[in-house]
Order: sequence, then C-alpha cells, then structure tokens
Amino acid sequence: MKVFTANRLSDGAVVYIGDGETWVETLDAARVVTDAEGEAALDATAKAAVKARLVVGAYPMPVTVEDGTIRPDSVRERIRAAGPSNRTDLGKQAEMGR
Amino acid sequence: MKLVKEGAPAADAWTHVDDDGELPDGAAVIVSLARFKADRDALMGRNAPLGLRLQSHEPPADVAEDLTRFEVVALEFPVFRDGRGYTHAVQLRQRFGFDGEVRAVGDVLWDQIPNMLRCGVDAFEVADDFPLEAFEEARTVFTNVYQPDVSGRPTVFELRHG
Amino acid sequence: MYRYDEFDQTAVNERVVQFRGQVERRLKGLMTEEQFKPLRLMNGLYLQLHAYMLRVAIPYGTLSSAQMRMLAHVARKYDKGYGHFTTRQNIQYNWPRLVDTPAILEDLATVQMHGIQTSGNCIRNVTSDPFAGAAADEVEDPRPWCEIIRQWSTFHPEFMYLPRKFKIAVVASERDRAAIKLHDIGIRVVRNEAGETGFEFWIGGGMGRTPIIAKKIKDFVPKADLLDYATACLRVYNALGRRDNIYKARIKILVHEMGLDKFAEAVEAEFARTRGTVKLPEAEIARIQAYFALPAFADLPARSTAFEARKFEDRAFRDFVRTNVRAHKAPGHAIVSISLKADGVAPGDASAEQMDLVADLAERYAHGEIRVTHEQNLVLPHVPLDDVYDVWTALKAAGLGTANIGLVSDIICCPGLDYCDLANARSIPVAEAIQRRFADLERQHAIGDLKIKMSGCINACGHHHVGHIGILGVDKHGQELYQLQLGGSGAEDASLAKLTGAGFPPDRIVDAVETVVETYLSLRDGDDESFLACYRRVGMAPFKAALYEAR
Repeated sequence: MKVFTANRLSDGAVVYIGDGETWVETLDAARVVTDAEGEAALDATAKAAVKARLVVGAYPMPVTVEDGTIRPDSVRERIRAAGPSNRTDLGKQAEMGR
Repeated sequence: MKLVKEGAPAADAWTHVDDDGELPDGAAVIVSLARFKADRDALMGRNAPLGLRLQSHEPPADVAEDLTRFEVVALEFPVFRDGRGYTHAVQLRQRFGFDGEVRAVGDVLWDQIPNMLRCGVDAFEVADDFPLEAFEEARTVFTNVYQPDVSGRPTVFELRHG
Repeated sequence: MYRYDEFDQTAVNERVVQFRGQVERRLKGLMTEEQFKPLRLMNGLYLQLHAYMLRVAIPYGTLSSAQMRMLAHVARKYDKGYGHFTTRQNIQYNWPRLVDTPAILEDLATVQMHGIQTSGNCIRNVTSDPFAGAAADEVEDPRPWCEIIRQWSTFHPEFMYLPRKFKIAVVASERDRAAIKLHDIGIRVVRNEAGETGFEFWIGGGMGRTPIIAKKIKDFVPKADLLDYATACLRVYNALGRRDNIYKARIKILVHEMGLDKFAEAVEAEFARTRGTVKLPEAEIARIQAYFALPAFADLPARSTAFEARKFEDRAFRDFVRTNVRAHKAPGHAIVSISLKADGVAPGDASAEQMDLVADLAERYAHGEIRVTHEQNLVLPHVPLDDVYDVWTALKAAGLGTANIGLVSDIICCPGLDYCDLANARSIPVAEAIQRRFADLERQHAIGDLKIKMSGCINACGHHHVGHIGILGVDKHGQELYQLQLGGSGAEDASLAKLTGAGFPPDRIVDAVETVVETYLSLRDGDDESFLACYRRVGMAPFKAALYEAR
C-alpha cells in the first residue's frame, strides 16, 4: 500500500495526495493506493503538481493501514508525518493535539 | 541556439564541426580538441579562421603552444555544477594571454553569467528563448568585486585605499 | 569587531536583491527545482524533512549583541521561536517559508548578516577559535585574517562550482579550538624568527565518509601571499578534483590520490605564476585589524575578591567556574562559556528569549561580544571576574547555566533524522538519553574531560570521527542502529576514532556508552588521566571486551 508525498513549494510543508487531485497536510486524509494502477494515477497527479509548482520532490511511500489508521513503514516518514520526535510541541503532531 | 555578446544577440560566423564532419571550404569552423590533435597540421595550415572546443576536462594548457592559432575557444559546461570552465577561462585570459573570443557552450544558466563574464567568457551560446534580461542583470547585479578578475578593475581591497 | 563599510553593505544588499529575483523566477516557473537548488543552497536555504531550513552565516563565530537580537527576531517572526547553533559556528532555522526568505535576508542585512555561501560547492563560512582575542596563548587575533578570507571568498567568480564544498578554519595558537586539521584548508597564524606574521597551511582534512587528517603543505606563507597561495590551492583543486563521484570529490581525496608532494608541486607552480595577483595592501590589513582591537578593559587586579568569595560560598558556582570559565589575557577578566547542552534540549538549540538574554548580558557585562563555538555552545569572551557570578545567576535562571563544558553531557550532535533530509537515524534523542543517564553533575565531574560527538549519517556533521567517544547513526534494514567509535580528537593532537565493533540498537546505545565510561574509570591511572589519554595508553581491547564479551 502506498501514499504519495512531497513538500509544498511555497513553505516546504509536508503534504500528501488526498481525494481527487488535492494535496492535504495530514496523513489521515491521504489517499492510499493498493495496486499499480492506483499508483500510476497518483504518480500522474504528482507530476502535474510538480510541473504546476505546487510541490517539490514528490514520491511514493509504503504504508500500512491498521484499524483505519495510516502508518508509514519507515522511521523517516513517521517523523515527517508527525514532526521532530524530540519536540512534540512542533510540527503536525502539535497541530493535531490542539 | 543564439549567440549573445555584450548583452545582445550577435551574428555567429562560426560552425561547429563534428569530429568526422567535412570542413566547408574557407568557412570559420570550431573543432574539438580530439579533431585538432588528429588533424593538427592540416588545420594549422588551413586558410580559414579556426576555433577550438574544449570539454571541461580538457585544460587550455594542453594546447598552450597553439593557442595563438585560434580566434575562438569554446568552453563546454556539460552541467551547471561542473565549474572547471571558470578556471579554464581564467587561465586562457591570464596565464596564456588569449585575446580572442571565449565562448560558453552547454548548460549556461542565468545566474552563472556574472561569474563567467568575470572569468573572461565574452560570448554565450544559449537557447533561442534564453532571456536577454539575464545579461542585463549580470552587468548590474554587483557594483563591486572582492577579487581581481579579467576586467582588471580595482577590487574592494584596493578601492578602499585609493 | 568588524563593521561593514559601504562596499560590504552594498554587496550584501545586492545579494538580497539577486536572491529575491531568484525566488521570484522559481515561483513563476522560470526555472526548475533542479536549477533553483544550487542557487538557494548558495544562500543557505535547504529543503529538509518538515520544511525549508535556512542557515545563516556567523563569520568566524563572532556576534554582536545587536546581531544576536536579530537572530532572536528572525526566530520569533519567521520561525518557531528557536534556532540551532551548528558545528560550523552558524545558526539554522528549521521552519522558514520559501516566500519569506528574501524578507529574512533583508532583515539580517540590516545588522550586517547574511546566508551567503553557507552551503553549496563553494568556499563556506570561515571558522575560527571562539576564544580569539581573549585567549592568552594566541600569537595574535586570527579574526582579521578570517575577515580578509571572508571578503576574498565572497562571490569568488572562479570558485562557486567546485567539485564539492570547501571549508577553511583559522587559529592562532598551539591549542586548536577550531579543528583546523579537519578542514579542507586549515590555517595557523604563526610568527617566523624575524617576528613576521605568516601562515602555516594544512590541506586535505575532513570527515564525512572518508575521514582524513590534514597534512601540512607549507610551513610559512608570508601575509602578503595569503590569498594568492589560497587561490593556487583552490585553482588546482577546481581543475583536478574528482567530479565523477560525490563521495570522492573533496580536496582530501585529490590530495590523497595525487600524494601530498605532487599536489604541493602543482600548487607551487600555480603560485609561482600568479603570485602578486590578489592585492592586499598593508593599509587594508591594518584597517581590518583595527576593528578587532580589544575593548578598553578596566584596569583590574588579577584576583577578584568577590569572585573568590562566591566560589568559596557556592558549590554550584564553583562547578560552573571549573568547567565554563577560562583565563583571559587581560588581568581580572575571564572567558565565560554558555552551555547549550542543558538536559532535555537538543544540543545547540537556543530559544529567542535565551538569545535575547545572552545579547543583554553581553552588552551589560562583556563589551557586547558573543562567540559561537564549533562545539555548539556560546561564549562571552570578555567578562570581568567581579561580574561572573551575576552573569552565571542570570544564565542559570534562563536554563543556560549548566556547568558541563567539556564533560560527558556536552555532546556535539547533528539534527539527525528528526529534521535532516540526509540523515539515516535520529541523533537528538540519543544525545538526550545520554545526558539523562549522566545527569548527576558530580558524576560528570568525576569522569572529567570527555567529548561525545554524534552524527545521524556518514556526512559527519556531528564530528563523530573526532569524538573521544563517537556515535554514528545508521539505517540497517529500516531500523536505526548506532555504531560506537573511540579515541578521536579534533584538537591539536588530532586523531580519528576507531570503530568498536557491531552497532547497538536505540535501546542499548546508552548502556554501551556507559559501559565505555565505566571501563575507563576502572582503568584510568589516577583521576587526572583523561578518557582520551587512558584510551591511547590501553588501546581498544579492554573496551571491546567490556562491550561485547560480557554478553
């Protein structure tokens, strides 16, 4: 299972492809694809967004969905999705807590 | 492609010739270092203007004795991050006193033009849609220089003391 | 301190205008990210895990109070209220927006600061001794030479696209507080027998994937030749340095592959041809040196009764003095180090409020001068002994009074995978766990001098190769793993740390560090034998045995 992610050009924020061709700021709202066809569709959306200067460096990342929660497989992506692990007052984890 | 000199499009009298290409009679041609080495005698004796094209790993020192024969030296910048051409341009101008045209070809970017000019490049082969504004900006972006360059203008270190 | 004249200010202002144009062209789609990246990097702007990261230059680690206040302002206005001081004496902001960076640079320019050449394959911010001007053991203040190098390297037309980044450090004493032997060029200011100032040149040092200690290439470069000789070194490197493999592109590899003698020969040939090209008038050297004239120190007795009395009365102050206060060249004064390694704070991080406080203290007690160290701490270089207690009290109230400089909890640490796009493993949580394990200050003092340095990837921003204990975070099959290295030093006795053996998972690395420390304590030849001296005497074997055989 995969999710597409990138950083937004204007401010660098971590974003994911959500419903339709939107880019969302939280992993919860990301669209998960399970097959090559789905991945190709997200890849096309990502390429268009890079070209339209919405995002930078888009790529697919492996995730697992457990009880409806999307969890990235890599430590790196878990940190990107949450924020610095030494500062839980910063990044997405802080905004989610509010 | 277009040739830009002194900030404006200029007529390009030169033809780049492939290593196995024909030499058009009497035409001004730019040849690679490999071609020049292979056909040196014929090229040196040819009754037409001659230019040399150097790849970024080919220092001008390799042809030091023959430099006076060339009216143009084209320096290749294969990718913007390959900065050997800057040193080669400086060497052409300062070490070998080359006073012909030094032409930048390849991956020439807007923001590299100021430094290329300072190193002695005076002609640029760029894409047709390359904005001329870049050449205008290159002339005005920095008022002063901290290092001596081919222009010979005084550096900040010197200006401070008359 | 140096102050810009109109030439310097104009150059920095023009760079802001140029960068604003570059950002606009990127946003308008006139260039691709691939084309923009080297341009933003040359102005210190990275794209990291969570956001952009802006690295602001602090040339040779010297700051005024006004500049420190501006750094606090940037942290508050454009970031999340803090900054990170780095091993190259710079500061990094972790959350700026691309669209704000031209405004940030404009603000910084008002206090003569910038992000010029804090990244990219160019000559980077020159670093130096954080005690420069205050240390009793220096030949002269190295900073005027740093400033001369700063100006000469700024926008150098020939050396902006080198094979790889290029770092220069300058010191002026036998003691090396700037790790010059781990730099592409390390310079030591010396005097010859005739009493003339000149420079010892060290070349080809560096860390990263292939750590190498610099070799001495020249015993004495006369001061008039400083920039011509440096130009010759750079020109040979730019022409011949490898560009086929990013990991082999630093000058250290070129020097290693050519051999020092052949490299030196090539430099000498170039130097002989070009000597006299860069004009550095005597009057210009004098002009720049004049800015670094020492402040007018009060005429004080060497011994301060008030200071001695406080030490006698207050044990915590005594601890602080022991680690954080050093002798000053002016009688009755001291060099006071401010630890940015408090428990629970990422090494090198400071909040905007802390920056403001340090700026205030510097202004009130220390002639308005602040230094940043490559060990990620701050320094007030000129404090009257009479005032050290008050300074400490104020620092302590702001969480800046930790008495641990040079001790086990004074850890150098890169941002690691919590922030950095290049990292393979986290480093901050490991550093914090080690700090917690050794929280007992009495125990730290009993252990004595011990430099732990930690990096979250092989790029070695955390200098793990030269840690007495070095820790390298790696990624093994998607899991963080920590390798342990022993016996490194970045000082005048530079040496590279050696790997102990297999790495440790996150839940065992702190135990492993403690095992190493306990082994040292059991082996040391009296309380005065430091960890490094002990390691050099007994070697790796007993540490290896304690780490791996007991299990």
